[in-house]
Amino acid sequence: MEQTVEYAHATGLLSGIWLLVAIPLASATVLLLLGRKADKWGHWLGVAAVAATFVLGLAMFFSLAGLDAEARSAEQSLWDFIVVGELHVDFGLLFDPLSGVFVLLITGVGSLIHLYAVGYMEHDEGRRKFFAYFNLFVAAMLLLVLGNNYVMLYFGWEGVGLASYLLISFWYTRPSAATAGKKAFLMNRVGDAGLAIGIFLMFATLGTTQYDEVFNGVGALSAATILVLGILLLLGAAGKSGQFPLQAWLPDAMEGPTPVSALIHAATMVTAGVYLIARSNPIFSANTTLQTIVVSVGALTLLMGCIIGAAKDDIKRVLAWSTVSQIGYMFLGVGLGGGAYALAIIHLLAHGFFKANMFLGAGSVMHGMHDQVDIRRFGGLRKYMKWTWLTFMMGWLAIIGIPPLSGYFSKEPIIAAAFERGDWTSWLYGMAALLGAGLTAFYMTRLFVLTFHGPERYTEDNKHPHESPYIMTVPLMLLAVGSIGAGFLMASSVPDWLEPTFGAEAVEHHAVMPHWLITVLSLLVTVLGAGLAWALFRNGTAKQEQPAGVLVTAARRNLYTDAFNEAVFERPGIYLTRALVFLDNKGIDGAVNGLAAAVGGSSGRLRRLQTGFVRSYALSMLTGVVLVVGAFLAIQLGWLA
Amino acid sequence: MEDLQLPAINYGALSPMLILFGAACLGILLEAFLPRGRRNAIQLTVALVALVAALVAVILGRNTRVVTIGGAVAIDGPTLFLQGSILLLGVVSLLLIGERAVENGGAFVSQAALTVGSEKDLRQAGSAPGNTEVYPLTMFSLGGMLLFVAANDLLTMFIALEVLSLPLYLLCALARRRRLLSQEAALKYFLLGSYASAFFLFGVALIYGFAGAVDLASIHAAVADPVRNEVLLFGGLALVAIGLLFKTAAAPFHVWTPDVYQGAPTPITALMAACTKVAAFGALLRILYVAFDGVRWDFQPVLGAIAVLTMLTGAILAVTQTDMKRLLAYSSIANAGYLLVGVLALNKEGLSSTMFYLVAYGFSVLAAFGIVSLVRDADGEATHLSRWAGLGRRNPLYAGAFSFIMLAFAGIPLTSGFTSKFAVFGAAIEGGQTWLVIVGVITSMVLAFPYLRVIVMMWLSEPGESTPTVSIPGFLTSAALVIGVIVTLALGVVPAPLLDLTNDAAQFVR
Repeated sequence: MEQTVEYAHATGLLSGIWLLVAIPLASATVLLLLGRKADKWGHWLGVAAVAATFVLGLAMFFSLAGLDAEARSAEQSLWDFIVVGELHVDFGLLFDPLSGVFVLLITGVGSLIHLYAVGYMEHDEGRRKFFAYFNLFVAAMLLLVLGNNYVMLYFGWEGVGLASYLLISFWYTRPSAATAGKKAFLMNRVGDAGLAIGIFLMFATLGTTQYDEVFNGVGALSAATILVLGILLLLGAAGKSGQFPLQAWLPDAMEGPTPVSALIHAATMVTAGVYLIARSNPIFSANTTLQTIVVSVGALTLLMGCIIGAAKDDIKRVLAWSTVSQIGYMFLGVGLGGGAYALAIIHLLAHGFFKANMFLGAGSVMHGMHDQVDIRRFGGLRKYMKWTWLTFMMGWLAIIGIPPLSGYFSKEPIIAAAFERGDWTSWLYGMAALLGAGLTAFYMTRLFVLTFHGPERYTEDNKHPHESPYIMTVPLMLLAVGSIGAGFLMASSVPDWLEPTFGAEAVEHHAVMPHWLITVLSLLVTVLGAGLAWALFRNGTAKQEQPAGVLVTAARRNLYTDAFNEAVFERPGIYLTRALVFLDNKGIDGAVNGLAAAVGGSSGRLRRLQTGFVRSYALSMLTGVVLVVGAFLAIQLGWLA
Repeated sequence: MEDLQLPAINYGALSPMLILFGAACLGILLEAFLPRGRRNAIQLTVALVALVAALVAVILGRNTRVVTIGGAVAIDGPTLFLQGSILLLGVVSLLLIGERAVENGGAFVSQAALTVGSEKDLRQAGSAPGNTEVYPLTMFSLGGMLLFVAANDLLTMFIALEVLSLPLYLLCALARRRRLLSQEAALKYFLLGSYASAFFLFGVALIYGFAGAVDLASIHAAVADPVRNEVLLFGGLALVAIGLLFKTAAAPFHVWTPDVYQGAPTPITALMAACTKVAAFGALLRILYVAFDGVRWDFQPVLGAIAVLTMLTGAILAVTQTDMKRLLAYSSIANAGYLLVGVLALNKEGLSSTMFYLVAYGFSVLAAFGIVSLVRDADGEATHLSRWAGLGRRNPLYAGAFSFIMLAFAGIPLTSGFTSKFAVFGAAIEGGQTWLVIVGVITSMVLAFPYLRVIVMMWLSEPGESTPTVSIPGFLTSAALVIGVIVTLALGVVPAPLLDLTNDAAQFVR
């Protein structure tokens, strides 16, 4: 059953993998260093850099596709990154089928979003800086997926974290944006610490962090080690991907400009956790307990996301919770293992298209509505924004899984796979996934109907909504096309394509019910959810928050997860800090300050020796001579005596 | 009467020194015959060409391992590496010395003989073209340094010491502004330098009495002889070492350093901090590793105590300095202590890491003084620390570069300061000198305070009325700064090539 992992050397076009990271990085550097001089054309450079990377990535993708199935990987070691004792880390890159599809997603969707941002950020003074950070993000994200070892991955991981932090708090003069940036940063720290310890553990037990060597060595590890290693990696993945219990930062991250939400917090960065688990599939597949944990996290998060999403009124937050929930599906997929790895990746790609599409659509709505984000104050927008309405509809139909749009081809197989897990847990996870599908249909329909249909409920200053310029709607149209067609295309080709990465393990069928029945059921709950929402919100809704029952209140408060974090981590943390600060001030600082005062005092006293008179300098030298010669002779005479 | 036998001379091996001394003599002739207006450009060109030519000669002769002119000069791995370092650092120093764009006429007085404060003096301070004798003087000094690190007997070493020192004394007196301070510094340097030379010479005499010869190989042989005169040996060793420790600015022979660094024209201070340090440590390494290898256990504790004292003095006194150049002077003293730690490892790693440290420190300190020479107001350089407050707001580029150099001095990773300290401390632990490393680490922490205080001053203080502006540097200073900063970064990020080079070079001939 053990399969050795071996990567081929990069040759030909593929020997330029490093360019994929270098181009956006160079552009970011230029934009940051030139400063205001680049204000006029900086955004176009940013777009061009990502577009060029996309073209290059596409060319490499096809040249990889031209190789034999077993030779489809290209590894490139650029230089020795860290060499300390036993630890040897290459600055190395790997372009294989898995990283290939990520490169295309990141640069393809990234190019469209960059283009859109040219229009969206037009009136913002910091547009050049925005594109610099955006390029920096693309470079870091590409490094993350292209690294050939865990340290490179970690490097990119921190890089995207940095870019995300900078972009969430891009409008740092708003306190809410600054706080959201901080929150994202801190919660990611928890996950990153897990990932870092995981990498240390890898080095401690296997002596390497290279992908191929780690994967080939996993078989020799004890089950407990694999479990701990997997949980640490999962912690990292959960932090970056906004999964339970580290989900709270992601909705707050919507404080950033909308293109950021679309690219970083929907299409790419938040899926890094899925990438991490998919990449580490030999580790996760080696322990069933571990897989059960991953599946549970996924199932729990997907339900949480749906429930909270249904109670939110901020258009971007609904989408954010929807992202949390959809990534829950992906975790469910990678947790199921075997053939479901590929299903999760397909859902990830499809989600990248339709969620970016909807986020940019939301941005377009906000653009036309003076930055209003409250869906209770929208309504009937389809009359004013034809293109936004039409493209958003494609995204909506795709996410709720109406055939033949992409969501149907990517989500339905995951639900089916959950039902086919094999024991009684099939029912648990299958039903969770099925319920999630119905809830998704409900809250997405609510969002769509309240925004684009029904009576107009605009605030006084928002009487004249308008459509966005073409630079914003054209990317929307392209993404909408992707939302429609991508699912079918990928469902038919991606599993074969990813076979070299995930192995040719066939999906084991322990169906608790026939496949067609699952399909019918999932379509049924979708239509039910969507129909219910349509019926409820067809005629609009109240313009203010209304008192509600226990469940809705809980959902509005994020199921009390924030309150839980506050009570369990924040308050004791604050008390602990206070106690430590007290100790620090009285004890440690006392000693340190005393020491510093001693140094400063002796410095002041010794300074007086530096009188400026040659005679006293000569005297001090002479004293030195006498002492040194005396010491030498004393040692000798002492021995002689 | 016996025929006088002329010793064989390997001109190829000596060519770097011959080139520099030749260029210096040529410079004096040029000084006599060229019209005033054209001297500067031509002198600078001649000096630069000579340095590059000498560097090429060093590189071409990189595999030379020979003792020549009757045993007076040894050309071996350390010699060539140190000569190359001195030449490279010399090129960068020369760029700073040659700068004429920052101030009308450059950093040097037009005529050293003008009475300070006289009417003529006031007139020259404004715009008269600077002195161009500085170029031949610098060449002589650098030539002396090349000989100093190659000297294989104590008398040659003494002559080299004087050849490198005398021009430096003169150069120190040539500042265009604050001339009294400059002349005072030169006089102090001269008096104390002569004083130290006298000790050195006395030490040579005692050693001659001990070994009956002054060449290092004979001394080595005499030390190995079980029947030996301990008083002559250790008295001589102590005095010779003191002569060299004076040049390296080790405590308690450092007293001249702050005054001279402060008073000398800033480019000359940079030259002393970078090149003289290399030369002095080169000679110290050769004497201790080649001649007195046999009594290493006897001198190690005494010199170790000096190293500790040097580190402590430099670090503690740096804390209360208020003048940038004095701060850098005390930093240079503390660095002499770290270098001594490397020297006292007394193994191959000690030799190679010390050489690495010298190069890394040299480039950083050149960049630091380069920036100091740019921060000016109407009266010239503004070196008082309080004047630097808020510089980061006004000139983020230069303040950023200076902060980077400060971080390098503090030994933050990804700078050469970290790799070089790591190398010497590693070597010292290997050599069993853990106590020196402990003191080294503690003083590094103390030193971080003054360095970080400068950074805090520049970035976190509001710029005041008196915050000077940074002059736009000419091409030469810019080049020197860029080189200094890039090398500081490069040796922090990819130190391996230079470490390999020092490792390959770390073998003396005897």
